[in-house]
Amino acid sequence: MAEIVLETRGLTKRFGGVTASDNVDFTLRARELRCLIGPNGAGKSTFFKCVTGLHTPTTGEVYMRGQDTTGWAPHQIASLGVGIKTQVPSVMDALSVQENIWLAARRFMPVAEANRRTRDMIERLRLGALARRDLGQLAHGERQRVELGMVAVADPWLVLLDEPAAGMSAEDVERMTEILHELNQTTAIVIVEHDMQFIRAIASTVTVFHQGRVLMEDQVDKVMADATVRNVYLGKAA
Amino acid sequence: MGGVQMGSGRDIAAILIVSALLMLLAPLVIGTYTLTLLVIYGMLALSLGLIWGFGGILCFGQAAFFGLGAYTYAIAAINIGESTLPMILAVLVPAGFALLLGAMMFYGRLTDVYLGVITLVVTLILFRFINSTAGPQYTIGTARLGGYNGIPGFQTLNVPGDPDAYIWGDAYFYVCAVALVLVALLVTWLLRSSFGRIALGIRENETRASLMGYDVAARKTVLFAIGAGIAGLAGALFANWAEIVTPALFSLGQSAEIIIWCIVGGLGTRFGPVLGAAGLAYLKFLLGQQSVLDNTLIMGAVLVIFVLFLPRGLVPAIAALWQRATRGRGRRAASLARRRRAEVPYG
Ligand SMILES: Nc1ncnc2c1ncn2[C@@H]1O[C@H](COP(=O)(O)OP(=O)(O)OP(=O)(O)O)[C@@H](O)[C@H]1O
Ligand SMILES: [Mg+2]
Repeated sequence: MAEIVLETRGLTKRFGGVTASDNVDFTLRARELRCLIGPNGAGKSTFFKCVTGLHTPTTGEVYMRGQDTTGWAPHQIASLGVGIKTQVPSVMDALSVQENIWLAARRFMPVAEANRRTRDMIERLRLGALARRDLGQLAHGERQRVELGMVAVADPWLVLLDEPAAGMSAEDVERMTEILHELNQTTAIVIVEHDMQFIRAIASTVTVFHQGRVLMEDQVDKVMADATVRNVYLGKAA
Repeated sequence: MGGVQMGSGRDIAAILIVSALLMLLAPLVIGTYTLTLLVIYGMLALSLGLIWGFGGILCFGQAAFFGLGAYTYAIAAINIGESTLPMILAVLVPAGFALLLGAMMFYGRLTDVYLGVITLVVTLILFRFINSTAGPQYTIGTARLGGYNGIPGFQTLNVPGDPDAYIWGDAYFYVCAVALVLVALLVTWLLRSSFGRIALGIRENETRASLMGYDVAARKTVLFAIGAGIAGLAGALFANWAEIVTPALFSLGQSAEIIIWCIVGGLGTRFGPVLGAAGLAYLKFLLGQQSVLDNTLIMGAVLVIFVLFLPRGLVPAIAALWQRATRGRGRRAASLARRRRAEVPYG
């Protein structure tokens, strides 16, 4: 079996009285593609932030490729070769598409290689015409695409995406699915997502969160057919 | 910046030509003694313009590093005699101090407001401390700190290795002007380097920068220290110009003035702060020669006018005008080219 790239043990995060993430055990193997779903407030983003270092877990541990990364700062985790996209789009608005992607690449390689990779990535994302535009001037879908490019350009071995398809057009989503599949050849991917269509399209194993806990973990079709899941999630979303 | 890319050959040639022209022509209009001060203030403004405009670090205490540089120079010059080492120390001591202070602030994840408060308080403490050292027990080596009287009578700048060959008058102006050009080139190079581009990214979005894997705190600390080193150099040049250092160098008024220079000249540009400093300092000099209008009142009015009507400052406003003028021409050229291309048959 492939190497475990991400593992949490008893991961718990409390905000005052709210237990946003409750005793989560989670395992992800190399080149696996996993979707995290669950109704609003289920604790998906909180789990995500604890893994990426944006929050420090109240109790429990996080391991990446066997290394204990609990309590690490985000830049330390990213430096391991982990690509992260937060739920709220986070880009550098006053800088160009090219500069945004170049900065992401430069962290892991010398200037010449970063230049080349940036050019390639812009081409792959079909953003050539916009390369010199500032991110602040782009449409929402384009910004999401650039952010995906920033995550992918540095050849991460683990990619964590919080709602990457939110607010995207069908065409944009299709292109992103393509890129994710390509990326998945070499890296493990965790995607937090609401969009069922999208989850079916990338057809993967799904982990269902509910009230901070893992409710179920299985193939997408089995999860969709499950009565409890329908109740807590699909029932509400419909 | 006006279509010319920062740090390109043309940009650097422009810096060199304009500054050479200014060095030749400005002394015909303004005395070199006054000009020297304008150049020194220009360098001081550039130090804040670098960390604030390009690093997003608003420091209310840039005067602290200026004063620290001046005092370091004066104290070292009294103890050592020859001016070369004191000049170097005047850069290193403020930079080292900023490294410690910056590490404390940036690793402590202070928000911008607290950063402002802490730099302000540090300036106040230094001011109070230096002010209270009038007694004979306050000495460093053979130098008495002198409290509110300041430190006079130190060795001023000499030709390196020859303590008797003082550099003063017109020659001192040219030394200061060349130093400013070198600092401007250093800043240009820095902003063009990976370090500078990453600093800009951090200014734009700290969270994103850290999610890319950049150690934001370390990088801000280093940039902060570089700014402090430049302010320290300006302080040492000031000490040589005034031939005395006093606690007023550390004053909050001085810190506020540096911030105003940057706002008026234009944040996020390299030349805005320099221009703002030289322009406003010269205005202050002219106002000082008359007594009809109150000095601070006019300075306040200038700031208000800029904040209301040119909030991005002088240099960005001029650059925008210039761009509009040249883009008009560019568009015509482009459409001409398109027409020509259309005339060329395919194949
Ligand atoms: N910083 C915080 N302080 C206090 N409570 C928080 C904080 N962040 C999240 N919570 C709470 O924790 C719970 C889980 O929130 P979380 O954002 O993880 O949900 P989610 O599954 O990502 O929801 P969504 O689908 O809406 O993004 C919610 O009840 C939320 O109100
Ligand atoms: Mg969420």
